[in-house]
Amino acid sequence: MSSEHSHSSMYAVARAILWRGLHTYTRRPDLFIPSLVFPLVFFASFAGGLSALGDVPGFKFPSGYTAFQFVFVMLQASMFSGLFTGFTIAFDFESGFARRLMLAAGNRRGIVLGYAFVALSRAAITLTVVTGVALIAGMQIGGGGIDLFGLYGLAALLVLIGYGWAAGVAFRFRSIQAGPLMQTPVFLILFLAPVYVPLGLLKGWIHTVASVNPATAFLGAGRGLISGVHAHTLLAFACAAALILIFTVWSLAGLRAAERAA
Amino acid sequence: MSAGLSTQVWALARRSTLKTLRQPFQMFPVIFFPAMLLAVNASGLKAATLLPGFPTHSYISFAIAVAFIQGGMFSLINTGTNLAADIESGFFNRLSLTPMRRASLLAGILLGVAALGAIQSAAYILIGAAFGARIATGAGGVIVLIALGSLAATGFGAIGCFAALRTGSGEAVQGLFPLFFVFIFLSSSNLPRNLLKTGWFHTVATWNPISYLIEGFRSIYILGWDATALWRAFAVAAGLLLVGLALAASGMRTRLQRT
Repeated sequence: MSSEHSHSSMYAVARAILWRGLHTYTRRPDLFIPSLVFPLVFFASFAGGLSALGDVPGFKFPSGYTAFQFVFVMLQASMFSGLFTGFTIAFDFESGFARRLMLAAGNRRGIVLGYAFVALSRAAITLTVVTGVALIAGMQIGGGGIDLFGLYGLAALLVLIGYGWAAGVAFRFRSIQAGPLMQTPVFLILFLAPVYVPLGLLKGWIHTVASVNPATAFLGAGRGLISGVHAHTLLAFACAAALILIFTVWSLAGLRAAERAA
Repeated sequence: MSAGLSTQVWALARRSTLKTLRQPFQMFPVIFFPAMLLAVNASGLKAATLLPGFPTHSYISFAIAVAFIQGGMFSLINTGTNLAADIESGFFNRLSLTPMRRASLLAGILLGVAALGAIQSAAYILIGAAFGARIATGAGGVIVLIALGSLAATGFGAIGCFAALRTGSGEAVQGLFPLFFVFIFLSSSNLPRNLLKTGWFHTVATWNPISYLIEGFRSIYILGWDATALWRAFAVAAGLLLVGLALAASGMRTRLQRT
């Protein structure tokens, strides 16, 4: 097979998976409602319920507590859009669809790429809704257009990180029972970052862990971009690029494992 | 209770308890998730104790109450999933063909849940103590915490029974978990109500019965003997049980008619 034909086959497979993924997602309330409700509940609970934390001595964030929490919810929703797509892959294996897909696909890397497009498109829907709600709730944005482009670009990279991890697990286990294995590490990494207050206000072991947690760089960069006071932006993008590279290898190796198992 | 009824209840209670205890996948989250969330939240939100009006200097003593509620919600899921598995496997149908009384089935399951609720409450007390939470009431509070934890778990378990009887599907019961988690998020779980500054959130938390359940557990840890907080918490737990029982009884009637 020529390189050009191989690439066109890969994109054809990816496009077909994207269409099917979006078609299923928008027609099944049990899929899209939780993916919208969770970030909104987190946003309501954190930005609404914890707004008093903005008055803690030493807490300084120019755009206010709503924007401070919006960035966490946005980045979490991005990673979870990727994770939920991992669930979809696992479910497709359980139902037998993924095995038929692997038989039919001319270039199986298109399967990995196609589900990545599904994750990105699901995240786009979720982030549009969450952003709309945050703006209605009075969120202040200090950053300019380029900053916001950077913020949503960072969110897209986190979708791919979450997806890459979950896809690797899904291809290896091929069962929805591996769901906790996909979710728990991501959940832990996210919550071991400065979620509620800035890093400077964390004390003890959580400060030590958060200081070396890449999620801290993502949150710091995101909060810097939304407020216009940049912090760790380059570090965050570099970490994200490195993690995407690692998880691309992880998910492609998972695909090979699934091929061997089939 | 007649000898026959008590024998039926005891047998089903024993089965209900052992069935959960023998499944590590059911017991692990009951201990692991509340402990993990406690560790993360207590560290991340420690700065909240610096707010004027915060009732204690120890956030861990403030936050441990949430673990008991999370435990109750796991009771709902585990009870509902086990009963749904019995329905799916046909065990429930076979049981309904025996002379066993309907009340025995529910009472047996819920007695098992009450026992597990007491065990998991004791576990949370030990976890809290390991993390540094101190009980303001002293040793007497331990008994109240276990009693309230057991009652709340039984109330949630009754709702789990209703969900299982109504849907007959373990997957559907599992799907309820996030829904009930929303009640924890929209309550006074992370800050006391006097510090919930956002108007609508304060209103929702005030109307949310889970806030009063949490505040009952919390009062034992940080306030000492607070009769108002305690009677409200016991009232919410008992109300949950009554509503759950009424729903489960109706679900049982419908399920047996279908059978």
